[in-house]
Amino acid sequence: MNGKILVYIDQFKGEALPVSWEALGAAGMLGAPAGGSVSVLVLGAESRRVAEQAFQFGIQQAYYCDDATLDDYRPDPYAAVVTAAARAGAYDVLLFPTTVRGREQAALSAVELGGGVMPDVTALEVSDGRLVATRPVYAGKLLAEVVCDAAPVVITTRVRAFKKPSADPALKGEPVRVEAAVPEGDIRIKVTGYRQAEAGVSLTDANVVVAGGRGVANNPALSPPAGLDEKAAEIWRGEQGFKLIDELAAVLGAAVGASRAAVDAGYIPYEHQVGQTGKIVSPDLYIALGISGAIQHQAGMRSSKVIVAINKDPDAPIFKLARFGVVGDIYQIVPPLTEEFRKRLEK
Amino acid sequence: MNIAVCVKQVPDSAAKVVAEDDRVSWGDAPLVLNPWDEYAVEAALQLQEAAGGEVTAVSVGGESAKEALKTALAMGCTQAILVSDPALAAADSQAIAHVLCAAIQKIGGVEAACFGRQAIDGDMGVTGAQTAHLLGWLMLGLVSKIEFKDGKLQVERSFEEGIQIAECPLPAALSVSKDIGEPRYPSFMGIRKAARAEIPTWDLAALGIEAPASVVRWPRISNPPVREIKTEMIEGGSPQEIAEKLVERILEEKVL
Ligand SMILES: Cc1cc2nc3c(=O)[nH]c(=O)nc-3n(C[C@H](O)[C@H](O)[C@H](O)COP(=O)(O)OP(=O)(O)OC[C@H]3O[C@@H](n4cnc5c(N)ncnc54)[C@H](O)[C@@H]3O)c2cc1C
Ligand SMILES: Nc1ncnc2c1ncn2[C@@H]1O[C@H](COP(=O)(O)O)[C@@H](O)[C@H]1O
Repeated sequence: MNGKILVYIDQFKGEALPVSWEALGAAGMLGAPAGGSVSVLVLGAESRRVAEQAFQFGIQQAYYCDDATLDDYRPDPYAAVVTAAARAGAYDVLLFPTTVRGREQAALSAVELGGGVMPDVTALEVSDGRLVATRPVYAGKLLAEVVCDAAPVVITTRVRAFKKPSADPALKGEPVRVEAAVPEGDIRIKVTGYRQAEAGVSLTDANVVVAGGRGVANNPALSPPAGLDEKAAEIWRGEQGFKLIDELAAVLGAAVGASRAAVDAGYIPYEHQVGQTGKIVSPDLYIALGISGAIQHQAGMRSSKVIVAINKDPDAPIFKLARFGVVGDIYQIVPPLTEEFRKRLEK
Repeated sequence: MNIAVCVKQVPDSAAKVVAEDDRVSWGDAPLVLNPWDEYAVEAALQLQEAAGGEVTAVSVGGESAKEALKTALAMGCTQAILVSDPALAAADSQAIAHVLCAAIQKIGGVEAACFGRQAIDGDMGVTGAQTAHLLGWLMLGLVSKIEFKDGKLQVERSFEEGIQIAECPLPAALSVSKDIGEPRYPSFMGIRKAARAEIPTWDLAALGIEAPASVVRWPRISNPPVREIKTEMIEGGSPQEIAEKLVERILEEKVL
């Protein structure tokens, strides 16, 4: 290892996705002791601003490309700049944040550069001069130590697995602009529009997650408006239940999660699903309401620091993971819980 | 237009998976079609309905992977191919991508390749993009909606900030998210067809390639450290009292 590291900062409209700075934290752990260097690369509209920000984390160099061909994220023109930069700097480690774009760019650059890719890494160390990465596999049921026999080693860092380095606003630098590598005429894909995700706290980055399951629809005291068919009535019940969840989440500044059963039943969109076929979250506090805790759900939240479960069924598997459990009906417990948090947190 | 769908056989998502002497063991849990690849099969069949042609399911794996291919056939794929070779025993994702690339080229006339989001054993989520790159095709990752119009693909892709709507010509590779729609159930006819199907096996010689290099290794696999969780049940009294106690205890954990 020569200790030359390039970190890809994933950004959208001039805002870095938080896990990008965490990737920088991972790079600091590797580069600093080996006497290496850490550079960043930021692509797309307003990337210069993000590149400037990166200097406050103590990096050596920031490259950016705000060419118009990169205004919309498209894999090929992005990958062309990433690989050109990687070649030019002869880096032996490329770090990406585990985001949709980060994972895709990691895969593309590893194969183009003849390196090897190790996505979604939760720990990194240098042992006998070689980089050893730890990755959860089989939905976190196992941990694998992985090594790569080719250069560059391409890694994506899992959200909330590494610490964002501390910022020193006094540190400043002049970012270097690099050129785009594919002219618009050669780019086969055209972006025709966007639909914004609903506003709210991002689930994967959240410090606190309040999640609801099938149980949220189960309030016998509520009766759906007349005229709904069975399916619509069920969805209505679920939506009422998620109002309870939303209120608690609002008081805690939390993101809203859901089990697959709640998503499949139509109570809430898929982007809220936590678990093996949903999102992996690792907040400081995870509150599971009316969720049984199936193994596939656990795969998405097991690493949360403190887990709280409220469930009617004392045998629900979720209690095995919980630091605090309440056997009870969420319709009785959650409203006073929300009120109590409101009172206590306002002080 | 011919379509390929790449599928992997994996231990069931509910399997108890443990490490024993650096080897992965899932006891007698069943091996199944990777759940994400069910969505890939669904996407391939949706494309076929719009554009015609044949859907070929391809898997790189051992003899048992034929069972996963049969599930894909039962769902409606036209044919299935197993790629199997002892030289691929320790293949990493990049090596698998080389093999899939060669297989897709050998099938012939393939203009779209569908992938799952990730295989739930290694949880890599990179093989689709790597195969696309080797084929020289466009990669469309995490597609949530797909249409075929005027010889072009119109797709919606999920990103952290929302959905990007894009259009591109063929050939292209795509990986699909859950929003593509629930995978269809195998039909009665499909199950009968799958049961009778003879699935051809290609080795590396049949693909005309040498064993591709694997550079990523897993020298150690371990069981995650057991987390000592002392569960404290909050009980007694009215819901109000329970709520007060619970808030008190959560605040003491200093996570808010
Ligand atoms: C391949 C595969 C992938 C999967 N991926 C995921 C995934 O990503 N995420 C996921 O979550 N699941 C996933 N699942 C599904 C998983 O197996 C479970 O079916 C699902 O998690 C159950 O959701 P649930 O806990 O909301 O529902 P249930 O298991 O039905 O549990 C509902 C719970 O609510 C409780 N309850 C009911 N009413 C009340 C009330 N009024 N107050 C308090 N408690 C109440 C009940 O006691 C029960 O424990 C997957 C399954 C497969 C096969
Ligand atoms: N051995 C394999 N055979 C066929 N397809 C595969 C294989 N491994 C991975 N894939 C495909 O690539 C996707 C991503 O896999 P991975 O990168 O291993 O997470 C899977 O969902 C499959 O569609």
